[in-house]
Amino acid sequence: MTTATEAPERAGPTSKAAGPHPIRNLLIKRSLIGILTLVLVSILVFAATQILPGNAASAVLLNTATPQRLHALEVQLGLTRPAVDQYWTWLTGVLHGNFGKSLANGQPVSTLIGGRILNSLALVVLAGAIGTLIGVGLGVLAAARRDSVFDHVLSVTALAVTALPEFVVAVVLVIFFAAVVIHWFPAVSVFTPGTPPWSNPRELVLPVATLVIVVVPYVFRMMRASMIDALESDYVQMAQLKGVPRWRVLLFHALPNAIAPTIQVIGLTFLYLAGGVVVVEYLFNYPGLGQALVSAVSDRDIPQIQAIVLVLAAFYIAVNILTDVIALAVSPRRRLPRS
Amino acid sequence: MARRPEVIAVLGRAVRTPRGTAGLVIGGLVVLVAVIGPAVAPYSTTEFVTAPFARASSAAWLGGDVLGRDVLSRTLNGGWQLLAMAAVATALGVVVGALLGVMAAYYGGLWDSLIMRAVDVILAFPQLVFALLLVSILGPKIWLIVLAVAISHAPQVARVTRAAALDISERDFVKAMQILGIPGRRIIRRDVLPNLTSVLMVEIGLRLTYSMLVIAGLSFLGFGLQPPAASWGLMINENRVGLIANPWGVLMPAILIALFTIGVNTFTDAVARASLGVGGRATDPEPIALVAREVTG
Amino acid sequence: MTAPSEDIPMTATVEDIPPSQAEAGRGTPRLAVENLRIVMPATRRRPEADVVDQVSFTVQPGQVLGLVGESGSGKTTVALALLGLVKRGLAIGGGRVLIDGRDILALSEHDLQKLRGRTVAYVPQDPGSALNPVLKVGTQLREVFAVHGGDADRLTQVMAEAGLENPAPILASYPHQLSGGQQQRVALAMAFACRPQLIVLDEPTTGLDVTTQRRVLDTVRGLCHTYQVAAVYISHDLSVVAEIADHVAVMYAGRLIEIGAASELFATPAHPYTRGLMRAIPLMGTSHELHGMAGSPPRPGNRPAGCSFRPRCEFAIAECELREPLPVVVSDTGHAARCVRALEVTALSATAVRARERTVPPAEEPVLTVSGVSVSYTNKPVLRDVNLDVGARKSVAIVGTSGSGKTTLARCVVGLHKDWTGTITFGGQQLPPGVRGRTQDQLRKIQFVAQNPYSSLNPRQTVGQIIGHPLSHFSKLPARERDKRIGDALTSVALRESFAARYPDELSGGERQRVALARALVVDPELLVCDEITSALDVSVQAAIVELLLRLQAERGLSLMFITHNLPLVRSIADDVTVISAGQVCERGSVTQVLTAPKEAYTRQLIADVPSFEHAG
Repeated sequence: MTTATEAPERAGPTSKAAGPHPIRNLLIKRSLIGILTLVLVSILVFAATQILPGNAASAVLLNTATPQRLHALEVQLGLTRPAVDQYWTWLTGVLHGNFGKSLANGQPVSTLIGGRILNSLALVVLAGAIGTLIGVGLGVLAAARRDSVFDHVLSVTALAVTALPEFVVAVVLVIFFAAVVIHWFPAVSVFTPGTPPWSNPRELVLPVATLVIVVVPYVFRMMRASMIDALESDYVQMAQLKGVPRWRVLLFHALPNAIAPTIQVIGLTFLYLAGGVVVVEYLFNYPGLGQALVSAVSDRDIPQIQAIVLVLAAFYIAVNILTDVIALAVSPRRRLPRS
Repeated sequence: MARRPEVIAVLGRAVRTPRGTAGLVIGGLVVLVAVIGPAVAPYSTTEFVTAPFARASSAAWLGGDVLGRDVLSRTLNGGWQLLAMAAVATALGVVVGALLGVMAAYYGGLWDSLIMRAVDVILAFPQLVFALLLVSILGPKIWLIVLAVAISHAPQVARVTRAAALDISERDFVKAMQILGIPGRRIIRRDVLPNLTSVLMVEIGLRLTYSMLVIAGLSFLGFGLQPPAASWGLMINENRVGLIANPWGVLMPAILIALFTIGVNTFTDAVARASLGVGGRATDPEPIALVAREVTG
Repeated sequence: MTAPSEDIPMTATVEDIPPSQAEAGRGTPRLAVENLRIVMPATRRRPEADVVDQVSFTVQPGQVLGLVGESGSGKTTVALALLGLVKRGLAIGGGRVLIDGRDILALSEHDLQKLRGRTVAYVPQDPGSALNPVLKVGTQLREVFAVHGGDADRLTQVMAEAGLENPAPILASYPHQLSGGQQQRVALAMAFACRPQLIVLDEPTTGLDVTTQRRVLDTVRGLCHTYQVAAVYISHDLSVVAEIADHVAVMYAGRLIEIGAASELFATPAHPYTRGLMRAIPLMGTSHELHGMAGSPPRPGNRPAGCSFRPRCEFAIAECELREPLPVVVSDTGHAARCVRALEVTALSATAVRARERTVPPAEEPVLTVSGVSVSYTNKPVLRDVNLDVGARKSVAIVGTSGSGKTTLARCVVGLHKDWTGTITFGGQQLPPGVRGRTQDQLRKIQFVAQNPYSSLNPRQTVGQIIGHPLSHFSKLPARERDKRIGDALTSVALRESFAARYPDELSGGERQRVALARALVVDPELLVCDEITSALDVSVQAAIVELLLRLQAERGLSLMFITHNLPLVRSIADDVTVISAGQVCERGSVTQVLTAPKEAYTRQLIADVPSFEHAG
């Protein structure tokens, strides 16, 4: 899993807040950096494809490539122009929504992946939301009953399940719920890209369940750790000494403080899911971006790969920005300077 | 007179806890199977010994796979490459990431911004997707996969080490050395690095599980070792079709991968707890808290 | 005087106290603690260990009891117990805490909750961390009323009483937006909001500068008097306690070892430990020798047989090892101490001060001259045109509140901070701004010791390696010669040579500072810059370090630049003093001149705000 959020401040007399509109300023600053990063990513993606030993032309001609035919096709595809030119053409195309044509079947890439974006998004959002809710809830409970049997069982289970590969979890789920033990859910999706995912809820269950199982332990452990931190703090002790009842201390004193580091983790969860869908979609034959990516890589379909990677990178950056902004909104200490 | 190096002390302490022992045993078991496996497998990985997806029998203890090869033999042979690749990718990623992180923290200024910008760019991809991108260009070569995974680890390790190193660099004993005019490199080597060992140990453990995830995942998707090689990830994929007929072709490699990640994770957790209170500031008992903690301050 | 064999228990209830005090305390005491015992419960690895034991005292309404002790004495544990709270890992082992006759240790958690904040209130040590950072101040203040009922309209009145005149902006702020003084007043307002019967103040002025501290103390005294609240004021700072307490109880190693009226206890302490403390405290009035106490308090589970203080006590006799001493009453005001020789101790003069014979070194060329040094961080000036001198072989104290820029000045001199303008001359040569440009000689001759003993030593290295670092950097010595120098350095800071093999985490705070000193001195510097090096240490440890420094200075002809916020300490340690306020030099001169006849109003105010024993009782 990766973090892509703000690095820690250096010690020293720098003011933490960014002036009178800290949230707006952060949003603007991060968006600019995000765009810059996206451009860098696009360059990286484009440059990577230039290193190909062989190129789009040879991929099309495959075995029938003779030097003359190869060259002719290269000229036709515009592959003999300087790299910078090619990049510029491609980039301007992208900004107009035109990602080129797929090398595998000649269709415009945008049509191919357009419908799939929604499908993958549905998986990510569902799994992310459910996973977060369960993880946060369990984390708070476990911290409140620290060192109880409940807590121990949950902690050990979470430890074991963290970092299980998705395909292992998926396979186990399939064995239990689809294939061998009981047959409630389909092991493989059959709906086509273009139909909205919610029209086939039963086909969503196993993929979403897989992702939820992979994601919950991470959120749980973080929530539990920051709740415990909060519960051991001076301000919680002070609240107890004021006579505040336990449930109030938990909900109004500890939780608001524990949520800030957890926001980061929730953001990370969504980011992780963006990559996790690849394997899950492939395994369940779910018509999303991940499945398309795998096929594209098999086929060396450069335009499709470029497009999908860019979309993913944009999603990544957007989630990062959102996470940072929410995290700032939730910590008054960073938001507001000393008056 | 000299105390045992911190690494040994912490590891020793970790092993003696219940989690540490459990993790070591489970993970060690898988490593053992993977390493010794090829020597004790009853058949070769390509021999056809039974019908496709045949049930377990005395000839083939775990039954047959998609082509009728011996599941047991292929499982025994299918691990060591995976583990080796994961180990190398982890080592590479951690070393590079740690160096970058420490340099960014200690020298600060331009170096810091440059390194962290580069980190941000690479972090704009999920690890798996990054590896897929490289594979799509150059093909599923082993060295490429290892390199791709290592590169995708480095930024995260850099972040964590940077945060830890920043914390140490602010401490007075480093300033005490700076006052003497001792050059930065020496201070990093003698004063900063040795204090990072517990953070690094935890990171190594975490990265190892993720390496395994990505490499096995690539293998599952068909971008790792190519058939007819035996590789756990590949086996899970190719035997999926006959899940109902003979689940072992899928279950056995899946269980082994799962046990490996569980074992390493549990042991890493024990190490994180054991490094509490070993001189100076302690690491957090929840290693992933390091990640979020350094970001929120 | 009562005969020495009459052992009156430390619980001074009305019946026990001789007549003269019984008149003062009318009726049931507001707070009565009886034989309080708090323990670390037994585990598989070790038996039960007591943290606090046989603690008994009473407090009348409107009176303040000062509970005094150094770190590890158990005073905070007792403080929390007065609210029925024990920290994780501890348990009540016995005794009673009676508030208006009711034992609160016998109450259920539910009843305790109703009690806390309403009948008994707590004022925390660090209001910055005791106030919830994500809740507005107003929310947290109103919460007290929400939980206990009561008139929320009283809020403004309560805040005014606590010294917060303009409540609206404060209520709308978050805690981190307020100054330390404001935060503490908020904490006071929270505590007094429901007119409690008893208030427990846990070192509430630590970390506040001396002027704010005085104001807060005045407020506390006023509130207690107005509402006839009984107060227990916990502190390690005896002079602060002298300002505010009517009676004082001294704790050591979990026991209450002395109790009595404040003025009497400070004038004629009855226990050797209290006497030792009084001799370690610097005073504004004289530059007397400070005496530290060797050794350190025993930890829970490691108490020696008999009296816990015996290993460090200069009055110890054979009987002290046989059993724990019972309280001995030494005067008819109820002043008592747990020492078999209490009466003899009392008879000795309390502060055996000796005005130090300061050999004023002959005036020479100053070894360090700072002229016109200014520093600013992004538009905010931190130091403005600072001028000062450090005379050869003299000690100059730099005094200021936090934020005055004194630490930045030290860092500039030493080379840690290089963005300054102006000139700093050392040994006749101009110093380049940062460490980079300086010669080996310059680097060697200026050395630095920092404030925090817990971060100034590399936890990965032995003491010998730590001290040897600078040595091997500046000179190439054969191993045997180097080890000898390290051994000498250790002896000169009064540590045994065997310490060279130890690691920092095996040492106490005082020992660590000594190692830091040894590291600085091993290369034979000419100027030693000390940045608040004793602020994090207990007063007896501070005294020992200060005396060590002065001795070393005299032996080696060192010049000293001593940064501190503690004015009485300046009296004992420095020849000259420079007062810094908001980045500018306010006043400069010799210590006797500046501290007895200050010219500037700021300096006068600073001196007036220093708590003093003359105000005791």
